[in-house]
Amino acid sequence: MRALVLLLPTIWLLAFVLVPLGIVLVIAFATSTAEIPPFALGFSGENFRQLIADDFYFFAFLRSLQLAGVSSVFCLLIGYPMALAIARSPVRWRGALLTLVILPFWIGFLLRIIAWIGLLKDDGWINSFLGALGVPGAPFRLLYTGFAMYLGVAYCYLPFMFLPIYARLEKRDLALEEAAADLGASPWRVFRAVTLPLSLPGVWAGFLLVFIPALGEFVIPELLGGPGAETLGRVLWTEFFTNHDWPMASALAIFLLAVLLLPAALWQWWQGRRA
Amino acid sequence: MRRCNFFLTLLPGFAFLYLPIAFLLAFSFNDSRLVSVWTGFSFRWYVTLWHDAALVEAALFSLGIAAVSATLATILGTAAGYALARFGRFPFCRGFAALLAAPLVLPDVITGISLLLVFIAAQRLIGIPFERGAGTIAIAHASFSLAYVAVVVQARLADAGTELEEAAADLGAPPWVVFARITAPLMAPALVSGWLLAFSLSLDDLVVASFVSGPGATTLPMVLFSSVKLGVTPEYFALATIVLAIVLLALVGAWLARLGRPVAGPGRVG
Repeated sequence: MRALVLLLPTIWLLAFVLVPLGIVLVIAFATSTAEIPPFALGFSGENFRQLIADDFYFFAFLRSLQLAGVSSVFCLLIGYPMALAIARSPVRWRGALLTLVILPFWIGFLLRIIAWIGLLKDDGWINSFLGALGVPGAPFRLLYTGFAMYLGVAYCYLPFMFLPIYARLEKRDLALEEAAADLGASPWRVFRAVTLPLSLPGVWAGFLLVFIPALGEFVIPELLGGPGAETLGRVLWTEFFTNHDWPMASALAIFLLAVLLLPAALWQWWQGRRA
Repeated sequence: MRRCNFFLTLLPGFAFLYLPIAFLLAFSFNDSRLVSVWTGFSFRWYVTLWHDAALVEAALFSLGIAAVSATLATILGTAAGYALARFGRFPFCRGFAALLAAPLVLPDVITGISLLLVFIAAQRLIGIPFERGAGTIAIAHASFSLAYVAVVVQARLADAGTELEEAAADLGAPPWVVFARITAPLMAPALVSGWLLAFSLSLDDLVVASFVSGPGATTLPMVLFSSVKLGVTPEYFALATIVLAIVLLALVGAWLARLGRPVAGPGRVG
């Protein structure tokens, strides 16, 4: 019976997670042709050589790193105070406040990005408001900037940062904070010495849950970032859909995977050492 | 003082979350075609939305795929979550957990390209799938959302503890009775929230569907994406408002259902 319960998801995961990644690895070493499907199997390192030799890919990688890094910090700056305030609120309010935090995310990813386009456009809501106030220099260029992308990623990934931090903060031992306060620590000192260190595992988990998917993000740079925001996700998309260079797209996927596995492995090791 | 602080910390966050939505709601009732110039109240964008055949068709197609993939993901994810919570350390436990967690963090472009390549390889080798479309999209969506279901189910079972199951077994209940009378009702709320989560993940996905879809199979996000690249019209604000209204109705419904239910029943233990 046990074996049967395990068999079903195991077969599924092997067939649709592990084997597909293996095939990507194989295709990454194939060469691009004009046939259907557009590749010839082989063992050529040409794609990876090009990945390293061509500056274009390196800069795309740097832009992705920047996007993921800055947006994760945005997420943290917005998510942490909210998680702390809700964890400190009376128990009977928490359910309603949590629902309010999650509610925007049920509207749908693309529709939320559409709202941000409406806000940030040259003739959008923010600029019309600033124009009506007579702010000099308005309208400002807000859409198709790095700032628009960071806001977009922060907005769309906020729950992944908020929830792990909230989970840690909600479980924290109030007696520790009270003890620190009784011993004369100021509220800020209590936060620095007790609350923050206790919540750090949540912060790291949230950081990974935002950083890793944001590194390969395609939709947000494409819609909010403008033509210059060529991140790895967009380059992969273009290689695949526009250039029909499936082997190159696969090589990019493998590169991205390798970059991601490294911090994930370090995290596993760190967790293992702590346990 | 404390209360004042509390609102001061929450206010910027909630403003950030709800400002875009407030504009979305307000301007879905705007008469103008321009996104940000208010000319008068009107339902014209709701009428436009209703008559947008391509969008309505894509929405129905997406809802169907979401229902199928959420059901698949719930079956598979429940099995996986149950195994992780109740089987202790089975032989390839760590590998299983890693494989299960991978789709949670893998960027969409990697999931998309890898699933497309496996579908093509399978078609070459065994002739299945015959064509890419609804079927391949549903399978792809189930593969990444089953992990979310597993997490929810595992958390629920870990939270509930094993005391009730052990008590039932000690009192002589055979394993299948323990499962049917204790474990299944314990898991039930997690199944509902897991299914809903998988359903919304499927409705939200653009990237994976774009990779694994075939000619003629267009999901709602795919239609939205290609038209947004041409320009935003208030029609999409109307769509967002309708989605929000449905979510709010569902929330109120769930809240009323909880009010009507007696407090006792299989809840947390200890």
